[in-house]
Formats: sequence, C-alpha cells, structure tokens
Amino acid sequence: MTTTDTMPKAKSRLWTPENKPVVIASGCIVVILAIGTAYTLATQGTATLLSPGYMLQQLQVGSFLGIVAAGMMLVILLGHIDLSVPWTVAASAMMATAFGGAAALPVGLSVGLAVGLVNGLGVAYLRIPSMIFTLGVNAVMRGLMVAYTGGFAPQTAATPLMQYLAVGKILGIPVALFVWAAVSVLVVFILRKTPVGRYIFAIGNRESAAYLAGAPTRWVIVFAFGLCGMMAGLSGTLLAGYSTKAYQGMGDAYLLPAIAAVVIGGTHILGGRGRYLGTLVGVILIVLLNSVLSIMQMPEAGRQVIYGSVIILMLLFYDRGRQERQ
Amino acid sequence: MSHTRKSDLSIILRQSAPLITVIAIFLLFYIFYNSNHPRGFSTAVYIQNANEVFALVMVAMAQTVPVLMGGLDLSVGAVMTLVNTLASHLLNGSPLEIVFGFIVCLLTGALCGFVNGCVVVYGRIQPIIATLATGAIFMGLALFLRPTPGGDVDGDLAWVMTNDLYEIAATYGFFDNGEAAWFQPVAWLPVPALLLVVVALFVWMPFSRSVTGRTVYAIGSGESAAYMSGLPIDRAKIAAFTLGGFFAGVGGIYLTLQTSSGNADIPQAGAYTLNSIAAVVIGGTSLLGGVGTAIGSIFGALVLRTISFNFRIFDIDPLLQPLFEGVVLLGAVSIGALSVLRIKNTLELFR
Amino acid sequence: MTPDGQTDRGLKTAPSAHMSLTGITKRYGGVTALENVNFSCDLGSIHAVLGENGAGKSTLIKIMSGVVTPDEGRMMLDGREVTFSGPSAANDAGIVCIFQELSLMPDLSVADNIMIADPPRRFGLIDKRAQKRRAEELLARIGCEDVNPLNRVRDLPLSRRQMVEIAKALAKDPTVLILDEATSALTSSDVDRVFEILRKLRDDGISILSISHRMHEIEAVADMCSVFRNGHNVETFRQGTRSAEEIVQMMIGREISAHFPPKPDKDLATQGAAPPVLQVRNFAWENVLQGIDLSVRKGEIVGLGGLDGQGQKELLLGLFGVLKSTSGTIEINGKPVSIRSPIDAKRAGVDIALVPEDRKTEGLMLPMSISDNLSIASLSRMSNGIMLDQNALESSVAEAVRRMQIKIGNKSDAVSTLSGGNQQKVVIAKWLMTDPKIILLNDPTRGIDVGTKQEIYLLLRELAKEGAAIVLYSTDYEELIGCCDRVAVMYDGQIVRELAGSEITERNIISSALNIEEAAQ
Repeated sequence: MTTTDTMPKAKSRLWTPENKPVVIASGCIVVILAIGTAYTLATQGTATLLSPGYMLQQLQVGSFLGIVAAGMMLVILLGHIDLSVPWTVAASAMMATAFGGAAALPVGLSVGLAVGLVNGLGVAYLRIPSMIFTLGVNAVMRGLMVAYTGGFAPQTAATPLMQYLAVGKILGIPVALFVWAAVSVLVVFILRKTPVGRYIFAIGNRESAAYLAGAPTRWVIVFAFGLCGMMAGLSGTLLAGYSTKAYQGMGDAYLLPAIAAVVIGGTHILGGRGRYLGTLVGVILIVLLNSVLSIMQMPEAGRQVIYGSVIILMLLFYDRGRQERQ
Repeated sequence: MSHTRKSDLSIILRQSAPLITVIAIFLLFYIFYNSNHPRGFSTAVYIQNANEVFALVMVAMAQTVPVLMGGLDLSVGAVMTLVNTLASHLLNGSPLEIVFGFIVCLLTGALCGFVNGCVVVYGRIQPIIATLATGAIFMGLALFLRPTPGGDVDGDLAWVMTNDLYEIAATYGFFDNGEAAWFQPVAWLPVPALLLVVVALFVWMPFSRSVTGRTVYAIGSGESAAYMSGLPIDRAKIAAFTLGGFFAGVGGIYLTLQTSSGNADIPQAGAYTLNSIAAVVIGGTSLLGGVGTAIGSIFGALVLRTISFNFRIFDIDPLLQPLFEGVVLLGAVSIGALSVLRIKNTLELFR
Repeated sequence: MTPDGQTDRGLKTAPSAHMSLTGITKRYGGVTALENVNFSCDLGSIHAVLGENGAGKSTLIKIMSGVVTPDEGRMMLDGREVTFSGPSAANDAGIVCIFQELSLMPDLSVADNIMIADPPRRFGLIDKRAQKRRAEELLARIGCEDVNPLNRVRDLPLSRRQMVEIAKALAKDPTVLILDEATSALTSSDVDRVFEILRKLRDDGISILSISHRMHEIEAVADMCSVFRNGHNVETFRQGTRSAEEIVQMMIGREISAHFPPKPDKDLATQGAAPPVLQVRNFAWENVLQGIDLSVRKGEIVGLGGLDGQGQKELLLGLFGVLKSTSGTIEINGKPVSIRSPIDAKRAGVDIALVPEDRKTEGLMLPMSISDNLSIASLSRMSNGIMLDQNALESSVAEAVRRMQIKIGNKSDAVSTLSGGNQQKVVIAKWLMTDPKIILLNDPTRGIDVGTKQEIYLLLRELAKEGAAIVLYSTDYEELIGCCDRVAVMYDGQIVRELAGSEITERNIISSALNIEEAAQ
C-alpha cells in the first residue's frame, strides 16, 4: 500500500481497491457540481459554482478543514482518533491572538503541538483508548479557555501575518491554499518517503508486530498526535486570521467534517489503510457539498440530513470493494 | 464443596470489582454532597437530583449496549433529541392520545436504533462512522420537528413524572390522594428513580440474560469466535442498536417531561453523547467490548452528575466548572489506565 | 458400539459411511482449493487427515462444518444429502468443529463459553446455575475438574483453554467431531488425555476427523488416514498399512533424503574454545523465571526444551526486552548490556532477533505488502535519518526473497495472500535483513508443512555456520534432537538440565522435562 508504483501496469489499472474511494469521491464531486450548477442556472441564470473566483474562494475556506483533516488522517491511520480538535483549534486561535505580534503564529502552533503531545503521551504510554482520552483533553481545553476568556470572545485581534496567511493572495491565488499545499506535501512526504510513515501504517495494521519488529511504536504515536495537534493549531491560527479574531466554539464545525473527509477518502477508520489523495478529495467533496447547500439556501435541518446520507451512501459504495477483497 | 463455594464468591467479587468501585465512588460523592447541602438528605433534593440525572443515565445505558459489542454509538444524543422534539408534539391531549404519544416516541427511539443496526450490519460500515452519519440525519429530522425550542406537554403528566410518588397519587386521586397510611413509607420516592429501577430490572436484566444479550457480549469479546460458535451475530447487533435507541428514546421522553418542551439543540446532543461515553467508561465497561454492564454505566452517569452537584454546592466560579469537569473526566480515565503500569509483559498491552 | 467393535471394524469390507462427500470442488478466486474430492468418514472411527499446508485440508473441514459452501459436489450424512447455510446449521446436524484458531470468547466465563450454543434456559432467560452445573459435568468428563466454570477464559493458560474448547464442542452433542490441529497447543500429558477422550467418544459411536502435523500422534490414535495434496485426496487407507516414509512421500510428492541437516562435529560445539556470544546469568522475572544461566557460542544452536509453559517463551521475550523488571545480567561478547525493549535488542552491538510465537499477530502485519513486512525491522538501516533509501530497500527485499526462496507473485501483494509456511519465511527473512548475531526462535515450525519445516532447519544450520548464535524453543522433541547442538531443558521457570551431543535423546529430554531424577545410569 505504501510501496511506490514500480509496476507499469499499475497505471493502467484505475479501478483498483485502493483507487476506488478516490474515483467514487471524485465522481461525487462532479455530480455535486452538476446539480449545483443546474440549480444556479435555473434560478440565477449563472454558473456561479464553475467560476474560478468562486471556486478559489470555496477552496480557501476549505483549506482550514483540509489542514485539520491532514493531521487527523495520520492519527486515523494509526487506528486512533483525535476528538480534541475543536478546542485545540479554538485554544490555538485564542492564544495566538492574545500574544499577538511576531509570537502569534509560533504560539498558535505550539499550543496545538502541546495539546497533541499530551494526547500522544496519554495514548502511547497510559494506553488509554484515544477516543476517550482526546475527549477528556478536549473538555480540559474547553475548561481552560472558558476560564481564561470568561466565556466570551476575546477582544484581541489577529496579527497582520495571520490575516495575510488566511485571506492574502499571491497571483490571485489565496495564500491559505499554499499553506494547505505545503501541509499536504509534508504529509505525503512523511507517509511515503520516511520510516515514520511505514511505522504509522504498520502500527495501524498490527501494533504488536510493529513493536516486536523493533519499531519505536510509542514515539511514532506521540509524533502523529503531536503533528495532528499542530495542524489543528495551524488551522485555528489561520481561522482567527480569516475572521480577524478568535471566538468560542470556533473549532466545533471542524471535527466531524474532518473525520468524514478522511473516511470518505477511503482511509480505514480502524487504521492501517489509506491514501492522502483520498483525504484531499474527501475535503473538496465536503467543501463543495457545503457551498452547494448554502447556495440552495438549504435550512440547517436539510443540510444535516443530506450530510449524513452522503457519508452513508459513499461508504456503502466502498463496501462493495471490501467484499471483493475478502 | 465449601471450598468451591468460597472460590466462586472470590471469582465473582473479583469480576465485579469495577462495578463495586463505581458504586462506592458514587456513594462517597453523593453523601459528601448531601452532608454539605443545607437541605441535604431531603426528598426535595432527591427529586431534583433524580430529575437532573435521568436523561443522562438513559443515554449512558443506550451507549453501553453498542460499546459492549466493541462498537460506539455517536448518535445516542441525536436520538434522544429527536425523540425529545417528537414528544414535545405528542405528549398532550386526552389520556388515550398521551398513551399513543408515548408508544410512538418509544417506537421512534427503537426505530432509530434499528436503522443504525441495519446500516452497521447490512451496510458493513464501522459503527463509529455509521452512527456519526445517522446522528446527523436524526439531528436534521429533529430540526424539522422543532426549528425553534418550544412545545406543548400535558402539565399534570410533566408534574407527576418529575416528582415523588405522593404527587402521582395526589394528582390522579389514588390511595386517598396519597394520604393512605400504608403508602407513606414509599411516598417520598422520586418517580424518575423508580422509573430507572423499572427500566434496569425489566429491560436490561432480561436482555443481558437472554441469548441475544449473551451474543452481544460474545461479539465484543471476539467476533470471529462468536461466529464460529454459531451465534446469531447479525440479529444481536441489530438488537443491540435497537435497544440502545430505545434507551435513548426513554431519555428523550423524559427530557421533554422535565423541560416541558422540545429543543433540537446540537451542542446539547453532542454533550450528551460525549458524557454517555464518559459514563460508560467510568462505569467499568471496556471500550474494547466484552466486559461491563449497563448497571455500571448508570452509576457512571450518577458519578458524573454528582460531581457537578458538588460544584454547585461549593459555589465554585461557574467559569471554572467546565475545566474541573474536564479534569475529572481525564483523571477518571487515567486512573483506570494505571493498571498499565503493573503489566510486566509489554505484549499484553496490545491485546 | 458393539463390545467387539474393534475387531469388527478391522474386518468390515464396506464400513457404514457416516458422512461422505462426493465430487467436491471449491475455488477461491482463481485458486482451486479442492478439486473433485471424494471423502468419507465412518461411524465410530478416528480418521486422520494429513497434508501439507495448502493441500486443502482446511477447506475440507470448512465445507464439512458449514463455514464455506462447495462450488460443486454433494455431501451425504447418514445417507441423506445435506447442505449447510452456516456453522450453526452444521452444528444442528451434529457436526462440530474445533478450529485451530481458538473459537473461545476470552471475556466470557468458561461456563458461558461451553454452553454458548444452547444454554439452559428458564422462562426464556439463561439459567446460570444450571449452566454452571452442566459445564462442570462436561469439564469433568474430560478430566478438567480443576477449572472453575466461573473463571473468565482470559485468565486461563493456553492449554486449559484448549480443553475448554473441547468441552464446548462436546456440549453440542456431536455425531461428527472435527479437530483442526487441536493438540498443537497442548502439553504432552494433556495430549494423552485428549486421546483417551477421543477413543472413548469413538467407542460411543462418534465419527472423529482429526487434522494434525504430528505423525506420532496420528499413529497413536487414528484408525483411518487420508492424505491430501494439491486439493486432491491422494489416498485413504487403514492406519498401520503404510509406513511413515510412504505417508510423507504421499504428502509432499517428492523424496526427502534426510529430515535434518547434519550437525557439525560435536567436538567443535562442546569444546568451546570460543567465548560465548550470549551469556545470561541469574536471569529472573516475576515468579515465572528463576536463576536462569545460559550461554550460547558462535555457530551454535541451543534448544530450549521441556513441557509447554515452563518459562521458555518468557525467557526468549525477556532476552528481547519485552518483559519489564527482569533481574540478572545479560552479556553480549563479554560486555554487559541492558535490553529494555526490542529497539535495544536490535541495536548494534546487541544484534538480537526474535521470531515470535504467533506469526499472525506478532510476526506480521497481514494486510500490508510482502515488501513492507520484510523491511519493517530494518527501516532505520535503510534511511539517511529522515528519508528512506528506496533503492537499498528494494534490493535488500529482493535479496531476502531470493535467499529464503519465498514463493511470491508480486512483492507488493499483501502478505496474507501467502501460505502459512511462506508467511513464516517472511518473518524469518525480515530479521535476517538486520544481520542479527543472536537469533531467538519461538516454535518457528508450528503449524507449518513438512517441506517448509525442512527448509527452515537447513537455514538455521546455515546461519549457525555463518557465525550466528541461535536459541530455538520447540514443542517438538524430534526437532530439538535433530537440530540442536545443546538442549537446555526447562522446568518451572528454571533450566534443570543441559544436554549436549549424544546426550540429546528423547528419553533424556522427557525425563528432564518431567524433572525426574536420573536413574542409576
């Protein structure tokens, strides 16, 4: 799965079990775009969705989710999950704006990293199921932030650098997209080119075998959680830049979509199998789905139903592939 | 013979150590709370507390069943909310209409669980991700039913269900309006507490001792082994989720009676789901499945709630309360994990 | 059934076939597991099925016990044609299988497990008291009165679990009992006990089908034998009418010259001019290991013998850094070392490798590729600190596949697609890629076909010649006798005797294993 495509025939086979989620998710993106465009053509007479400007704007908003999902994927590949994302995002944003100045970005990243390391240490050394430990860490972070801010949005503002990274543009392309791209390159590099990447897959498949093979399993778990936390921190810092300040509950909307994006992209929820390309496509799918629904002015109720149905339907499609393999 | 009896007892005690521990912790916290409460150990306090815990206890029981199977149900809060909004429409009118409303609400809860079970079994989707998705759908339906909070609930019913037995008798004119002498020793009992006992004794206990319930434990302990043993895996999985939905539905109905309204509150649903997991873990059920009981989860939920009661009584800055709750949750799971330090064979960590 | 059943069976020309299969074919994808197989087992006989891994034995019993359905062919039971929709349907028909992989639920109690299929009920609910009583009876029937049915299976040792498994099968009142390597986890006294039970069940009129790799066990208990090869039933014959050589010949279809490679001149091994590579002194852990002294020289294969569960596995794990708070000293080439994890064990200057007990959970990441599995232990050697050197990785994987003669299609295929023997080769090859100086092996040939076993023996001897120090724990006496230069026999966490050269005999190993004082000689 992580081996490089040395086989020439691999290229000709698009429809492999590994590619299947990516192909299906891409197909869904096309369908979503088609439905959305049909709708805008019918109601407004324009193909808003297909205009490059709109697309870039959506991807810019999506890059915050994309960065969170990239970190989440590392953790899910290990067979774990990070439920502390919501308040890691919020805490990083709040701390970054509170410190301000040149320290803002490093502080935001460090807060994320620190939370991630705590998660990793709890999971790797205390062996507490990640689902429950990160849930507890999320509650603690929320408590810390509520106590710190008094339960209100902090008055401090995002620094110009944070705002530039979130809303600035280079050659008409949002800077946030470059940040997302850099994060993506980093994750792909780790997964494909480094021993740590192999260890992540190995631990996700069979931790005892990886341990007995002399893999530094604890270290790898701490590393993955740390990186996931740092990505959440980065996302939070950018998000504060995007909305010029931090606020309570700003990370709440990122947990479930991030998990959904990773899983829609074909990463096995129990770990050990998955490709980053899938996660990328999963994020784009969710972002576009959201924007089409908001164009249609779908009420929250309908959005929830559609959101849930799409996840289930996509996974039902994937399942055919799994049965074939068994 | 006496020898085996004795060792039987020691085995049973050892196996129920987590349950005994959580009960002891609850009693400790609760007695402490009452000793420091100005009106401690009074019926009024019991009733108030019972009302505050009931919905969470039900949701915790709902969570227990899938967890025993080695799964997790992230939709319990959403099912509770959906039934809550539904009940806020149905629990009024003539007695017959109210009874009909109850039945529809209970069936709805069970149906939600049934849907979860079918998606997991026939769709072969991991429970976590399946219920994450169905939870969103249930939440959406709840929002359709109650776009804004509100509702119309029969006042008498809401009143008696959230009070002591005396109020039932007094309101509906049983037992000389509740003044009958024989009735007095039990008249102070809070209705939700009794309801809880009824659900535990007449729903959970039979289930846990049925073949289906046994199969749920077997699946959590080793699904392939359970399959090889010829157990009805699919049926048990669907039954487990259905039962979970039923429990969550009971919680939702109660929430309606308690608040006299329905509210499709997404953060609240999320909080209930998360607290249900915490309650299950504190109650001694293994998240890996196979070990634990819903009775433990009841006390797990009670422990969680009792901690916040203590906060109230000591007048701790409300802003600190979320922090303390988080620390307690983290502390509880970490203490449970300390046994890791006693493991001398590292390989055992991976099982 | 009849008192003279034994002789009767011997004389009958057409014994009553209790269960028979005709023309059974089963394919998995493109692979044909069974092809047009005819097979029958008789009422009240013990029928042994032999064959290399991949010969089709497992598929045969899976078909008989309803786990898989055949593509073609018919099954008859008591003269009536049957088809099974699942294992429970087969159970209802009286066919019960004890699988190689334990089918117990470790978190459930012994009684729950034994009575799982059909627990006694009152008012529709499980009657725990009756269930416990029934479980006690069944355990007593197989001589396991010491197991309390209230215990969780998780808390029992492996050999006891296997006995619970048998009790569980008996609870279903079988008429056909299928055992798939059911004795491989048992101590020899438990094996004898199981055989006694099997004979008794046979005399009660139960047809018993047993799959085993242990020839002497088959000789001890079987009435009939069938040999499978490449999905065909090569021959069915009465036990005793074919020699062991002939049977082995049928199984592998090729000549086996010698079972074990020759040992080097014993003087070299025993004189021991060379200082030991591995020197263990006063090694202890919990109350499982006590006062272990062991030294292994370069080029030597030292066996660990003794009954199952006397601390052999723990000793290997302890040397590999898996066990915490061990005491005593370990010296490598005369220098004391501290090994606190497999990472330490792998470190340069220590260079220990461990081939673990269970290749499926400890040795391999089954869904991952062959290449990933081979390289996992040596990734740090093949990176510059950050990046992997893909070329070095590819070439060393190719070298390992070549050296071990692992039969693979494509090295990016999942390792789970390989046969058991080839999987075990991957586990060994993975460690050879780290150039170990000390190799610890925990029962490396368990459940592996004869051909691969022999390749492993050859390889071990070759590695020893190249200078490795090898510690081999085996549950098979023949293997210790055939392979090892010295054998340390363990009893109750201690090494009770070391045998060298011509002292390594079955008699000596067994008497030491039972910790019986040597007779006069």
